[in-house]
Parts: sequence; structure tokens; C-alpha cells
Amino acid sequence: GGGSLLCLSLSAARTHVSYEVKDNVAVVRINDPTSKVNTLSRHMQAEMVEVMNEIWGNAAVKSVVLISRKPGCFIAGADINMIQACKTAEEVTSLSQEGQKIFDQVEKSPIPIVAAINGSCLGGGLEFAIACQYRIATKSKKTILGTPEVMLGLLPGAGGTQRLPKMVGLPAAFDMMLTGKNIRPDKAKKMGLVHQLVDPLGPGLKSPEERTIEYLEEVAVDFAKGLAGKKVTVEKKKGLVQKIQDFVMGLPPVRKQIYKTVHSKVMKQSKGLYPAPLKIIECIQTGIEKGNAAGYLTESQNFGKLAMTSESRALIGLYHGQVTCKKNHFGKPERDVKKLAVLGAGLMGAGIAQVTIDKGVATILKDTTEEGLARGHQQVYKGLNDKTKKKSLTTFERDGIMSLLSGQLDYRDFENADMVIEAVFEDLSIKHKVVKEVEAVIPPHCIFATNTSALPIKDIAAASKRPEKVIGMHYFSPVDKMQLLEIITTNKTSKDTTASAVAVGLKQGKVIIVVGDGPGFYTTRCLAPMLAEAVRALQEGVGPKKLDSLTTGFGFPVGAATLADEVGIDVAAHVAEDLGKAFGTRFGGGNVEVLKMMVQKGFKGRKSGKGCYVYGAKSKEKKVNSGAEDILKSFKLTAPPAVSADEDIQYRLVSRFVNEAVLCLQEGILPDPVQGDIGAVFGLGFPPCLGGPFRFVDSHGADKLVQKMKRFEEAYGNQFTPCQLLLDHAKDSSKRFHK
Amino acid sequence: MSLSLIRTVLLTAFSFCSAARSLSTSVHLQAQGNVSGVMLTCEKWKMPIPFSQYNSKSKKTLAKPGVKNIVLVDGVRTPFLQSGTTYADLMPHDLARAALQGLLNRTGLPKDAVDYIVYGTVIQEVKTSNVAREAALGAGFSDKTPAHTVTMACISSNQAMTTAVGLIAAGQCDAVVAGGVEFMSDVPIRHSRKMRKTMLSLNKAKTLGARLSLLGSIRLAHLSPELPAVAEFSTAETMGHSADRLAAAFGVSRLEQDEFALRSHTLAKKAQDGGMLSDVISFKVPGRDIVSKDNGIRPATMEQLAKLKPAFIKPHGTVTAANSSFLTDGASAVLIMSEEKALAMGYKPKAYLRDFVYVSQDPKDQLLLGPTYATPKVLEKSGLTLNDIDVFEFHEAFAGQIMANLKAMESDWFAQTYMGRKTKVGAPPMEKFNTWGGSLSLGHPFAATGCRLVTTVAHRLQKEGGQYGLVAACAAGGQGHAMVIEAYPQ
Repeated sequence: GGGSLLCLSLSAARTHVSYEVKDNVAVVRINDPTSKVNTLSRHMQAEMVEVMNEIWGNAAVKSVVLISRKPGCFIAGADINMIQACKTAEEVTSLSQEGQKIFDQVEKSPIPIVAAINGSCLGGGLEFAIACQYRIATKSKKTILGTPEVMLGLLPGAGGTQRLPKMVGLPAAFDMMLTGKNIRPDKAKKMGLVHQLVDPLGPGLKSPEERTIEYLEEVAVDFAKGLAGKKVTVEKKKGLVQKIQDFVMGLPPVRKQIYKTVHSKVMKQSKGLYPAPLKIIECIQTGIEKGNAAGYLTESQNFGKLAMTSESRALIGLYHGQVTCKKNHFGKPERDVKKLAVLGAGLMGAGIAQVTIDKGVATILKDTTEEGLARGHQQVYKGLNDKTKKKSLTTFERDGIMSLLSGQLDYRDFENADMVIEAVFEDLSIKHKVVKEVEAVIPPHCIFATNTSALPIKDIAAASKRPEKVIGMHYFSPVDKMQLLEIITTNKTSKDTTASAVAVGLKQGKVIIVVGDGPGFYTTRCLAPMLAEAVRALQEGVGPKKLDSLTTGFGFPVGAATLADEVGIDVAAHVAEDLGKAFGTRFGGGNVEVLKMMVQKGFKGRKSGKGCYVYGAKSKEKKVNSGAEDILKSFKLTAPPAVSADEDIQYRLVSRFVNEAVLCLQEGILPDPVQGDIGAVFGLGFPPCLGGPFRFVDSHGADKLVQKMKRFEEAYGNQFTPCQLLLDHAKDSSKRFHK
Repeated sequence: MSLSLIRTVLLTAFSFCSAARSLSTSVHLQAQGNVSGVMLTCEKWKMPIPFSQYNSKSKKTLAKPGVKNIVLVDGVRTPFLQSGTTYADLMPHDLARAALQGLLNRTGLPKDAVDYIVYGTVIQEVKTSNVAREAALGAGFSDKTPAHTVTMACISSNQAMTTAVGLIAAGQCDAVVAGGVEFMSDVPIRHSRKMRKTMLSLNKAKTLGARLSLLGSIRLAHLSPELPAVAEFSTAETMGHSADRLAAAFGVSRLEQDEFALRSHTLAKKAQDGGMLSDVISFKVPGRDIVSKDNGIRPATMEQLAKLKPAFIKPHGTVTAANSSFLTDGASAVLIMSEEKALAMGYKPKAYLRDFVYVSQDPKDQLLLGPTYATPKVLEKSGLTLNDIDVFEFHEAFAGQIMANLKAMESDWFAQTYMGRKTKVGAPPMEKFNTWGGSLSLGHPFAATGCRLVTTVAHRLQKEGGQYGLVAACAAGGQGHAMVIEAYPQ
């Protein structure tokens, strides 16, 4: 009534937060007009405080509903730029304390506040929601709750580390905050993170999205009234399991054991390279063992400290880079790809088909043999069926998706294909044969993409009548898990062809880098020298296990020996030989014959059951392949003691990788350092905590890296000669790849 | 009496009106040996009104050149009972047989005059998977009359009727009995898949050891049975849940739903008390009493309805047990013939069955919107508008579903955005809509409802003097149906 008139006049100047009073319920609506998502920016916070103070000052208001007007987003988190703009830890700490203060007021609100959640409710958004008295979430696929701060090297800094353990219990809180994983609405209800769920609506008298938000608001208003009238209670009756868990958690020795276990688990997984998880444990522990005041203080201080770490900067850099690489910078293609054809139903081909059909694009999967086709078909089916087991897909959705896949042995229907991606054997003459065969059947507009990991695209395009339609699309195995797609353009590739390839990749959910043509393009070219160095280290007597622990200890998710097995020893041999021919002794190091001999003996890596390791046995401990060890012994090299300390081996591996990356930028293969970092991290597993080779050079110091390389150069020669661009950066410390 | 002879006789009857009387009478005499039946048809035949002359109202007939006129001769149904009541110990074919026998009694139809029988059912009793055949044999139809069973969820008997229409229109049959049965007092509850697998393997196990090892593999969890649910297989959502979401999508309030439910029960009670539900036959249930009335009609007060808690979406949903149709046992049957055949056999048909359509849409979010999609389509086919319709009979699955459909039909935005139409079709006026109650109050034996709707339209047209009626229904799977019915000249 009268209240709503008053607020209308006052809220006229506000742009992000508005409210109206309906039946004594203040409905607060948030909507950042400048962005697709709501973030807790300074502006948003200021308006929110203003609005809440008005509401608390209005005696007619008995309860509050907090809701976003954006269809896919409640609040996506704090404003990262706001944190990045801070120069000192103290500044960030005070940001955290401001947030803590606001949410403390929300928690102590004299009238109940209902958070009505539709879409992403992450980070600061979740911290806001859990400070409210009641939470209602839609069951929309877009609704996710979580604390992803750890993935940015941060922690929930607005009370999250203190409230979550009390709400969902210690184990679940650790799980949420240490993994940063998204929690779906059903799970959130079970965990006690939300009180009620609302079903998303279909078509009605308004669009489903619009009406679903309205409906959520109606339901939330009803609950707000119920809470105000004490007809709805917040406290849920605890089940027996919950009671027992609470009792157990009440015992200090039990808690102590939990802290210890979690700590050692984190150390094992992060190798101590990531400070955020440890700080999170500290915050939770302090809050529970020493009380609220100490807990909140530790949270804000740790938040400040973390924001200043190179790890957090690296991770935030990757976040921004990922956002950039999820956009099409080549404009809208003239035609949408509505039908894709994949040649070769191997691991790659089937993987590409899977990520295409599950986005609703009809796909032909062609192979030359029935067995190959059946294997590929089964791979796609299994990939989708595994999703039904995880309940992210219904069996019906799976069947509908599978209906888009046409497995065949001939070129039927290729006349309707808009794009062909070939994933046949890596042999130039076979590729040429395929280009000619395909071009005889496809329509003029159809793009021919080649999924090669090392052959120059222009060499493949040499067989084409229409080289402007030829492009490289380098996927990473397993295609449905690896996020990166490296697109390679030749100087003849048209812009529209590139735009189309990027559009397809984005549809497939890929993070995309677009690089120039050349042997090994960008990613393979960086990996090859590192693997050559790894082989040398193996020849020098560093065992596969030791090599793995040295690389993972540096932050690579997969050790170098294991990586070689995963990639395939045959592929590695092939690439090493090809790139060795192209780049000469600079790509030397380990002897290619080691790899060839292993292939000869059938040690092709994981796929053949044996590589550096033996696979197949179900024992936890991976066994080193003694056959491979014998080969290494026969190629034994003497390790020069001056450059063979553990750290030396790590830097020998990494510096060759990094130097090659910088050289790619210098030569124009790479358009910019951002794509270089994204490609290295998402495609090759370069340590995320270092943010990619370019950010690593910035943070480590180019001069220091060059010094190390010179030392290695003395022992091994030109494989460690720093490239000009790296030398330039070493000379002038003001030169940085990232501002 | 062979069919071909009847057909020949019929043709003669048509060209020579006066001669037809004696001929058709003789046919009946021979075929039925039922004197009263003959007398009756003879009586009727005394006032032949050739349909070409029919023009008492300004509206045109929907007869189309080159298309056979197909008529509803009559329709009956067993009383619709809440499941678990008087029919509890029967089997589906028992109910179906009762409806078929009722139709025979009502029409005096010679059993061997029927060319074909089509029956609908939704939840199949595995022992009588072709329930049409089992019921027909038991009802004393000739064992030379083929019968098949159709299933299309809540529009199964609509499908049975239109199958009959198709058979007649194609010239393959002249007289077809269609119907539907649903028996919810007993439903097939299966062993779990794992248990079934073990049991099937047990049959094949040759040695005692093999059998014992199979028996040993049975776990407690394997013993938990599989219950059938009124849920979509494709989405796993129960229909009530979908109805609640549909109501919310169209902003249908709990009050509106309760009011509509009350209206349905009130009108049904009035119709029952006023003797309007003449399609209901009495049925002596073996071992029990004679049943002659539907038992789910319960007019309550708004206060009583408001007290109920939501049945599907808890705690904030709006669909309750009282504003939903209830689980029902029942069967229905209709006699459909070509007009020539009906007249030749001395019948006075009740209505013409004209254009019909089937539609389907998204089974998740538009599961129950069949009437909205089907209505404009069938009207267009018939060249009619909503205003031309005198009698509406829509299947009431849920009050919320009806209200949502009415709102959708009244919305230009919905018509344009989801149906690809320029304008809305409009909502039926309530004074013409389900005025003798509906599925909410009379009951809803899934596969029997379609025939009830069509028979009710025919009866209401006769009673109210209207010319056109419209039947519309939604069904699981996101399907729907509508049919235009024209009164037979009285």
C-alpha cells in the first residue's frame, strides 16, 4: 500500500537494485544493467545497503524476498576486477570485511529474508544467500550453487568459510570450498543448502524464462509471508544420521583428525603449489575452534593475502583468458554448420562426433571398416551413457542425441555436409587421398577441416582445389574431456572459413586458440622439445616414476612419462621425427630411436597396454615396463652432473617448453600471449598455478630463466639457446607479456 | 446373413425408399429373430428424413462430396467407479464385456452384424493383452468377428472410434464396435528386472547346481517390485506434477482450479439426478450388487476443497486430489456405422462423426495442451469457427489443465509463439462446456473416456437442439485429439 509508493519515489535513481512492497513483503530485485550477470560490485553493494536500510526502516515490511531479474543468474560472485584493482593485501582484507559486515546484518535481520535463486548462485552470491534466513531455488539446469573461489586462488571471503560448515556440516563444506564444484539444486536441497525447490515452467502466457522467475517470486513471497507469520519454520527436523554426524563432529579429537586428513589430502593433490586450499582449511578450523570473531578475522586476512599471490594472479589470468577464448573474434560465419561429417571413427573422430551431436548438430561418422565404425559408435554411446549414470542426461535425451549420429562406410549424404573434419591416419599421402575423395562429393560451400597434430595444413591443402576452405582443427584427446581446440589457418584460409571453424568449436564447448600454420603449430611444437628432453632424462637414468614426480612436482597435472604413454609413444615418435626434420638439432635431446624401438616392441603407450608403464592390471601401483627400461639401458647416456639436480631437470623440461612458446609468438605463429597461455594450460597441462608459459616468464623473470638456459646450453648446446624475444625480455625487465 | 447381401439390400433400400422398408425389415427378422427389435426399427423407419432435405436450422451440414457419412448409432458405458470399489475383483475384460453386452442390449444389434471390434486400453493386463478379443468372445460376439486393441493413453477409445471411422470410410467395414476399458483396481506389478532375469535363467538351468547358484544370486533388493506409475516414460514426470507446472505456467490459481472442480461435480450431480446420463447401463457385478450409477460424484464446499494439501508439488503446488480426476474403473462402447448401413438396419443414428485430428507436442512442458492445439485445427478442417459449436465436451484430466487450456486458447501470444497461428481460436463459452460434468466428477477410466465424450456430445445435441459438437482431449505423451460431431436430424 503506502509503503510501495514511498519506495518507488526513492528508488528512481537506483540502477542495480530496486524493490517494491507487496502485502508487507519487500521484493528486492537485482539486475546489473551493464552486464549479462550480476556481480557484487561496489555499486551493487552500495545500492543493496541503501535498499536494505530503507526496508529495515519501514515498519510495514514484515519480510523480504531477494531475487534476480536475470533469467540465468542470481549473483555470479564478487566482482573480480574490484579485487584485482587492489594494490595491497590490506585493501583486499578491508573489502572482505565490508562484505562480512553486510552479510552479518543480513543474517541478523529482524525480519526474515528469503533468497529466491534462479541461475548461477556462486561465490559472493552464495555467501549472500546463505546469510539469508531462507533459500528457495529453481530446479532449472542453469541453477548452480557453489564456492568457486579456490579455482581463482582465493577463498570465500564474505563469511562463507564461517557459515557453510555450520549449514552443511564440516565434510560437505570442505568438499565445496576445496574443490569449488557446482552443486545442482536437488543436491543442494539434500545437503540443506536450500530449503525449497521450485520447478521451472514451460510455455504459458509469457516466455518460460520470464514466467519461471515470476513464479519463483510468487512462491518466495508466500514463504516470506509464512515465515513472518511463523507458519513456516526454518529449522528442519534432523534425521538420525544427521544427529549422529553432529554428535561425532562435536568431539574435538574427531575434528582434529578431519583437519589432518584434509590437509594431507590437499598437500598430496596440490603438491603444496596452491596456497588457497590450505588457507581455506585454516579459516574453517579457526572459526570452529576459536569462535566467530577469530574466524571472520582469519578469513578476511587470508583473503587479502591470497589476492596478492602469484598463483591467484595466474589463475585469474587464466579465467580472463578463457573468457576471451570462448568468443568468436572472426565475426559471424555466412552459414551455420548444420551437418558435420567426421572421417575416421577412431578415438579422435568419435570424440569429435560426440561433442557435436550432444549440441544438437547432425553428424556423419564415416570409417572404412565395419569394426572401426562399431568401435567409434560404441565410444560415443558410452560417453553419453556415462552421463546418464551421472544423471546429467536422461536416457531419453541420450537416445535423442544418438539419433543425430549417422555411422556409415560410404560418402552418402556428404552432398549436404557443411563441414568435414578428417581424423584419419597421420600420413600426408593418405590425407591427400582423403581431400580429393571428399572434395568430389561435398558442396562448394563445405569446409574441409583436418584434425592433425603436426602435419602443416598448407601441405595437406596442397591437394585441395579450394584451399581457402581448408583449415586445421586440432582436438585433444579425450575430446569430450579436454577443453582446448587449436585452430590453424594457412595464409590461404578465408576469414569466413575461420569464423565457421571457431563457431563450430564454440558450439562444441571448446576453449579456442587460433594460430598460424607451421610444423607442429603451437601446442605440438611446444610439447615436442619437452618430450625430447624427457626422453633424454630417461636415457640419463632418471626412471619414469622419478620423471613423473619431478614434472608433477612442478605443477603439471600429468607426469612427462605418463603423458607420453597417454599421447601414444608411436605418435610421439612420429611427431619427434617430423619436427626434428623441420627444426633440426634444436629439437634434439633424447634419441628418437628410443621411441621407435619401443613402438617396434609394441610399447605404444596406454592404448597398447604397455609404454613406459604396464597398464591393464587393476593394482593401484603403476608398474614400470621393464621392457622399456631395457631399451633405455641400451641407449644409456651419462648425465652431466652440473645440470642434473632435480631442479635442473625440471627447468630443462620447462625452459624448452617455454622458449619454444615464446619463439612461436616471435615468429607470429601465436597471435598473442593470452592464447599461448590458454593453449599450454588447457591443451598440454602446463601448470595452472603458473598461469601459462608467458605468465610464467613474467612472474619468474625472463632474466633468471635465460641464466638457467645458458647453463644448460653449455652442457647440451643449441636446444637451450634462448630465442630473441626471450632475450629482449631478459634485458629489459619492464617488458612483460601480461600487463 | 452375409455382409454382401446386406450391402446389396442396402443399396436397393436407398434408391427405392418405399421398397426399402419391407426389405430391411426382412433382413432384421432373419438376422436377429428379435421381434421387439424389429418393431422398434420399423417404427423408426416410418419417418424417414433424407439428410439432403435437412435444413431446419440455418447451419449447413458438414457432409462432404465423395466422403461417406459415418454415424454414431448409440453409445453406452458401465458406471464409472472409483478404483478399489465394487469392481475390485473383476478383470479388465469383464468390464469391457459388460459394456459390449450393454451396447448389444441397447441397440438390439444382431451379434454377427458387426464387422469388426476395436477396443482401447492403457494399462494392459498381461493375460489379456488383446482385451478386445477376450471381451468380444465373452460378450457372445461371433467368433468370426475380428477384434484388436489400441492404445494411445487417455485418447485410446478416441483412437478406437477413429479407427472404426477409417475402416468404414475406406469401404472395408460397415458396422464397427469401438470402445475402451480401464481397470485401475488391479494393475500389473512386476518383479524387478534382475529378479526376472534370474527367473528366466532358472527355466533354462539344467542342473541342480546351476539352479541353486542362480537362486543364491538373488538379493533382497531384487525382491522389490516395479510399480506402474502414471508418469511419462520420456521425462519420468508424473502427470499431476506436469499439470501443476502447467497451471503455474498459465497463472491458474488454486481458487480457479477448486472452483472448476466444484463446477464439474455440481453439474455432474445435476445431470445424474436429472437422468441425463442415459449412456450409463446397469451392470450386475458377479458376486455383488447391481451397479447403475457413477460413484465418484461428490459436490463439496469450497472450504472443504481449500483444506486439501497439494498432491504433487509440495508444499506450494496447486493441484490436489480434489481438483484432479481420480483413478477409475470403467468401460464404454459405441456402435459406429456407415449411414446407409444404419438406415438399412432400421436405426435412427444419434450423430454424424465428422472431421477429427490428432496432435502432439513437447511431452515435458506441453504434456496436457492437446485440446489447445487440436481445436483450431479440427475447426479449420470443418470450415467452422468456435462460435458455430453448440456443445463442447473436453476431457477434464485436471482442473488446472482445463483452465490452462482455456487460457492458452484465449491467448493470441500463445497462438502466435507456439502454434504458428495468426490469432487465438478463443475459449469455449462455459454455458456450453461440459454441462453434464466431466472426467473430474464422473471419473476417468483412461481408455474409456473418449467414447463417453462422444456419446455425451450426441446426447447433449439431441437434448439441447444444437447442431455441432466438439470433443477434445489431452493424453500422455504430449498428444491430443479433437473431433467435430454433427447432430443427426431429428
